[in-house]
Amino acid sequence: MEARTQDKLTRQAFLGNVSQGLGSLALATLLRPSSVIGGETVSGVTSLPQKAKRVIWLTMAGGPSQLETFDPKPKLAEMHGQPMPESLTKGQQIAQLQGKPLTCFGPQHPFAKFGKNAIEICSLFPMIGSVIDDICFIRSMTTDAINHDPAHMFMNTGSQIAGRPSMGAWITYGLGSEAEDLPGFVVLTSLGKGGQNQPIAARQWSSGFLPSRFQGVQLRGKGDPVLYLNNPPGVTRQQQGGDVAVITALNRRHDQIVHDPEIATRIAQYEMAFQMQASVPELVDINREGTATLERYGCQPGDGSFAANCLLARRLAERGVRFIQLYHKDWDHHGGVKEGVELKAKEIDRACMALITDLKQRGMFDSTLVVWAGEFGRTPMSQGGSGRDHHNKAMTVWLSGAGVQGGIAHGASDELGYAAVEKVTTVHDLHATMLHQLGIRHDAFSFKFQGLDARLTGVEGAKVISEILA
Amino acid sequence: MIQTYAVVAAVLILPGFSLAAERIEFNRDVRPILSNNCFVCHGPDKNNRQAELRLDIRHDALTKQAFVPGDSQQSELIVRIHSEQADQQMPPPDSNKQLTVREREILKLWIEQGAEYQAHWSYEKPIKATIPVGQNGVDVLVRKQLDERGLQPSSSTDRRTLIRRLYADLLGLPPNPREVTQFTDDPDPTAYARLVERTLESPHYGERMAIHWLDVVRFADTIGYHSDNPRNVWPYRDWVIQAFNENKRFDRFTLEQIAGDLLPDANQQTRVGSAFNRLLLSTEEGGAQAKDYEQRMLTDRVRAIGTAWLGQTTGCCQCHDHKFDPFTMRDFYSLGAFFADIKEPILGRREDGMMVLKVEDEKKRVEIVSRLAQLQSQFDQPRPDLVESQYQWERAAIDAYKTNQSWKVIRPVDATTQKRNINLSVSAESIVEAGIDAKRNVRQQNDGTDVYSITFKNIDQGVTGFRIESLKGKGAGIGLSAANSFVLSEINLSRSDDSQIRIRSASATFEQSSFPASTTIDQIADRPDNGWSVLGGTGADQGLYLELAEPIGSPVASLTFILHFSAGENQEIANLRFSSTTLPSPIRAPRAAIPTKKVFGYLQVPVDGRSPDQIKELEVAFKQVAPDLNELREQISRVEKEKADFDLGAPKCLVSVSDSNKRTVRILPRGNWMDESGEIVKPALPHFLLLPTPEERELTRLDLAQWLVSRDNPLTARTVMNRLWKQLFGIGLSKVLDDLGAQGEPPVNAALLDWLACEFMDSGWDMKHMVRTIVNSATYQQSSVASAAQIAADPQNRHVARQSPFRLDAELVRDNALAISGLLVRQIGGPSVKPYQPEGYWENLNFPQRTYPNDTGQSQYRRGLYTWWQRSFMHPSLLAFDAPNREECCAERNRSNIPQQALVLLNDPTYVEAARVFAARVLVDCSGDDTARIKWAWQQALQRAPTDDEIRTIDAVLKQRLAEYRSLPSAANEILRVGYAASPPGLDSAQHAAWTHVARILLNLHETVTRS
Repeated sequence: MEARTQDKLTRQAFLGNVSQGLGSLALATLLRPSSVIGGETVSGVTSLPQKAKRVIWLTMAGGPSQLETFDPKPKLAEMHGQPMPESLTKGQQIAQLQGKPLTCFGPQHPFAKFGKNAIEICSLFPMIGSVIDDICFIRSMTTDAINHDPAHMFMNTGSQIAGRPSMGAWITYGLGSEAEDLPGFVVLTSLGKGGQNQPIAARQWSSGFLPSRFQGVQLRGKGDPVLYLNNPPGVTRQQQGGDVAVITALNRRHDQIVHDPEIATRIAQYEMAFQMQASVPELVDINREGTATLERYGCQPGDGSFAANCLLARRLAERGVRFIQLYHKDWDHHGGVKEGVELKAKEIDRACMALITDLKQRGMFDSTLVVWAGEFGRTPMSQGGSGRDHHNKAMTVWLSGAGVQGGIAHGASDELGYAAVEKVTTVHDLHATMLHQLGIRHDAFSFKFQGLDARLTGVEGAKVISEILA
Repeated sequence: MIQTYAVVAAVLILPGFSLAAERIEFNRDVRPILSNNCFVCHGPDKNNRQAELRLDIRHDALTKQAFVPGDSQQSELIVRIHSEQADQQMPPPDSNKQLTVREREILKLWIEQGAEYQAHWSYEKPIKATIPVGQNGVDVLVRKQLDERGLQPSSSTDRRTLIRRLYADLLGLPPNPREVTQFTDDPDPTAYARLVERTLESPHYGERMAIHWLDVVRFADTIGYHSDNPRNVWPYRDWVIQAFNENKRFDRFTLEQIAGDLLPDANQQTRVGSAFNRLLLSTEEGGAQAKDYEQRMLTDRVRAIGTAWLGQTTGCCQCHDHKFDPFTMRDFYSLGAFFADIKEPILGRREDGMMVLKVEDEKKRVEIVSRLAQLQSQFDQPRPDLVESQYQWERAAIDAYKTNQSWKVIRPVDATTQKRNINLSVSAESIVEAGIDAKRNVRQQNDGTDVYSITFKNIDQGVTGFRIESLKGKGAGIGLSAANSFVLSEINLSRSDDSQIRIRSASATFEQSSFPASTTIDQIADRPDNGWSVLGGTGADQGLYLELAEPIGSPVASLTFILHFSAGENQEIANLRFSSTTLPSPIRAPRAAIPTKKVFGYLQVPVDGRSPDQIKELEVAFKQVAPDLNELREQISRVEKEKADFDLGAPKCLVSVSDSNKRTVRILPRGNWMDESGEIVKPALPHFLLLPTPEERELTRLDLAQWLVSRDNPLTARTVMNRLWKQLFGIGLSKVLDDLGAQGEPPVNAALLDWLACEFMDSGWDMKHMVRTIVNSATYQQSSVASAAQIAADPQNRHVARQSPFRLDAELVRDNALAISGLLVRQIGGPSVKPYQPEGYWENLNFPQRTYPNDTGQSQYRRGLYTWWQRSFMHPSLLAFDAPNREECCAERNRSNIPQQALVLLNDPTYVEAARVFAARVLVDCSGDDTARIKWAWQQALQRAPTDDEIRTIDAVLKQRLAEYRSLPSAANEILRVGYAASPPGLDSAQHAAWTHVARILLNLHETVTRS
């Protein structure tokens, strides 16, 4: 609190130094949603009632097994060790198991019932079970891609071709940011302890063909929390502010000669940068949260854990950040899925519960959409006797908050968990549903790129999964 | 069906609608409306076509009675677009499309005027306007349009701005104050034209021009997908720079890139150009499917040709016919089939590529090769003088072979290495075969040393010795190193409980001087210069004989040979065979190595009865071990190593190599690579353009390249000139640089784009000629300061009644700061470099994990275009200024203005260091008072004098910082320690630190990073 007040003073001094008001005016222009910037309207935006004001997207990178998490398959347990029925698998796209014998591999952990509707999930996730009445599982999710990199691209951009905007960029483009001194789209990553940390490319939070200001900004666990955030050594905040004020003053004088509208924007950007230099360290300092909260999430300040990132996600949400995406890695269990998921459960179970309850306590649950999803699922067939291969025909994702019904499981995979068969959904449907809750019509929300109306939800047609909405 | 239709009178009297008097032009006025609203369902894509109606072809539209030319009231199209009934209305309500009043009016007038079609503008050959002799075509055609619109061109800008503009556009570097003064003071009316010529001759011209081409062809140092590992392509970047500097004809530039390996005069340089075909994304991800990536690579290449040369979007044709342009799926896959001959792994690591040598290096290599040949021929000389010594060897070899009967080959149960730099496997013949791990090598994780652990079960009681044979396998010699040699540093024999079996003596069939066998049991395992080596004897099998201190007492259940190879450069044994013996002590190596079975057979033939072949073979075998030739053999090995080292260190580049075994290309229904039902296609050019007469033979990449730059192709010259226009004016004549198709924008000045395209081709595809023509125009030299009236009349400056100011491109922001500070190293070309980058930025890369070692020395201060281009984690400082990650071809860079740019310029050590060094220059090079120094600094950074106001502002901040640092000297020392560059001795720290702030302010100014 103290730092914030002090910073406000610095900021006032800074603005006063420059010339009262203009800085904040330019800043206001900068922060306005792009739907009104430059008089161009973004089509499809806020044409629907807005349930969600923001999204927290928990990416479980590596491809979590639905069979050891949220999709119970007793039949698969029965068939353990037997050949996979060929009728299911013939001619299908599989990754590392291509051309190898396909054997059923039963779920490695027991499942248990939770909540008012007795939904069965893996017993490794009791904390998530405790808030299950706020969660909607989609057990019939499918995706197009089967390797990590293209699958992340597809989940984030709705396309497997590089160069498309990530959903966080789309949404910030459409709705703008409500954060005064933070970017609208923030990304956090955390490593798992199992050593299966697949690489994640920065393209996953790229703004693609949208203007660069909508790109995701990564909050880093080590070093400067935002790249180049800290002053150079030997430069105080006061001096930094003073230098920025001089730069602004000189830029403004130059503008009087050349009348270049970019100058006003640049002045605003310098102010924004200067504000971020104070607001971001304050934001990432979770010491301020108190022991009770830290214990609830199960994290320590500075431990870089998924739990700490969940807590940061809530802090970002409070500050008006529009799209917060967490990557938690190490879900790529080609081998040792039993121990692997056990480890992952320890890392995420409490944190997910804490995030949901925390949002509820702060009255933000109804306006925050939480999504939990990997880039693909895993095979019911064994790989190497202890693991599972990549799989795109069935996976489970879950949603929570912002007008999504809790305590339900939507759709289903077949009895072996191989393919989604009931109320089959696609990544485009998931995107459409998210946009719908944000008040955006997915089929009208587009941007001209290479002469085409490019959409997050692609050209194939997507449908809002309306059955899961309250 | 036809309903009468009444014009709503109000429409016609709306302000700004004086259309009726105008002639409607199909391409300008009508096509955009139809393309945007109707072609999705009534256009080229037959699979999506509704009611079998297509509106993109007049004949078809008429057949379906879509309209009646000359009679809008009887035209179904007009009825439909005015209908308010949901089932009649066009576009249908669920399409989210709606025509504006103006658009409806245009369609109506068009039909009334006869509903004439035009072929799409960019598919028609460009027509060259006639320009009066002595006039600049650019000016004539720009003025013509300005006149038509009642606009006035702006006056010429001042000379200081002009030279800064020209340098930024053509060199990407600021002029120094001296160059500016020279130009501004030059009274000669040809001063500017001469400046242009000098600029075009600068070697930095090629660097500047290369930047955008490298975007267009998606040049990068890494493979892109997943692990995003490095690959060798930087010589291609230098080839592009050189091509621009030499002013290589653009048609030739094209041929070399697409088919540099197929040209009749193909050479090293044209092959480097053909690296273009290898610049796409590839993967090393385990579990990736070849067919999947085969399709990705094909489509990647087609999109590249589309973007770089044709200015066409083709990506959608991967799955369906284009919805707006006549490009079909067949065109798409047929275009892809041109590249089916390119030899490459679909999955996994790329090969090292072709060696790319400069003339002097080529000479050096020729010298090494000839030296080697000379030694070899010396070695091959008949040596009658060695007859006696050969006779002795023969007897010894027979002995060795016979005693060999007392040795029993033992078979390992396990063979591994500690560092995994070397992979071991055991053959059916019980030979342990070693190979260098290619991945670790490429990732530079191989330190050239390793430790073999080779385990045997059940060693019998009574064994007195072991033998380790080093055999010539398929390789050139018996070791893995470049000289085919090895150095075995130490041997331990270890039981499973780690207890050791002691060795009393070690002897060998051959020993290099100073590398005797005895060093393998001297307890020194880790010294690079201590071990048993065989240089000079690498051409024959060799053996190491170990006598145990005591015979094996009780059978050993498990025995592991631990062999240390610590010399580096992968001096490890290539093929090992182990034997044991129960011979009594002493166990010593025979004087000769054990001959092969074949040689032993020949040896047993009496001398007189040997055939010439047998005599020859025996001579060859003997020469490999003859003591008199030791020195010569060692020399040969050394030169072989020299050659191998040279080859290893030589720059390499992935290039195109044509494989006669071509991949089969099918049309993939809906782009699905698992669906093999589609038709097989051969290379073919897009069907809708003017094509050369079909030939009997199958077309090649060379045909494709030739067609791209033929006069019949209406697209290439326009595409290239449109991009050049953007470089010099900030926005293309057709705004959408990568789409000259129906969904792009018809050029704002079609006559000008056509004239530029024709002039380009007429000049012999002469790029410098075109640059010269444009920058010499009065249009280019106009002031960029816009009046309110100009902004109102043409806010985006499409008609260029003025110049436009815009921010420098990412690389140039860096170059500019380094140049001003004096840090810039102006070397052209070379391997990519690694400027400072925040620690941990690569933490999300994996397979392998990577650190980013900042370059030190001169490499730290190279121009931005030489920055290591890591696709998945593009250098963040360049990324902030919109450098594309080059995963896809990028014709158009964003030009954003975001807070990260401020953070970079304020805090990135690159810019802090530049400010510090700039400040030192101010203090050292200018000896005046503060005001004089401010003026001097202003000249360096902005090449103008500061205003009094600016001096006052800067002076105030300077004095304040000075006071602050005087009171806190430690802070001054902190900022002065940023970056590797040394500060000149003797500077006052507080003063230097305070001036660093001033320099930093200058480097951050909008004016500094803007070309105006």
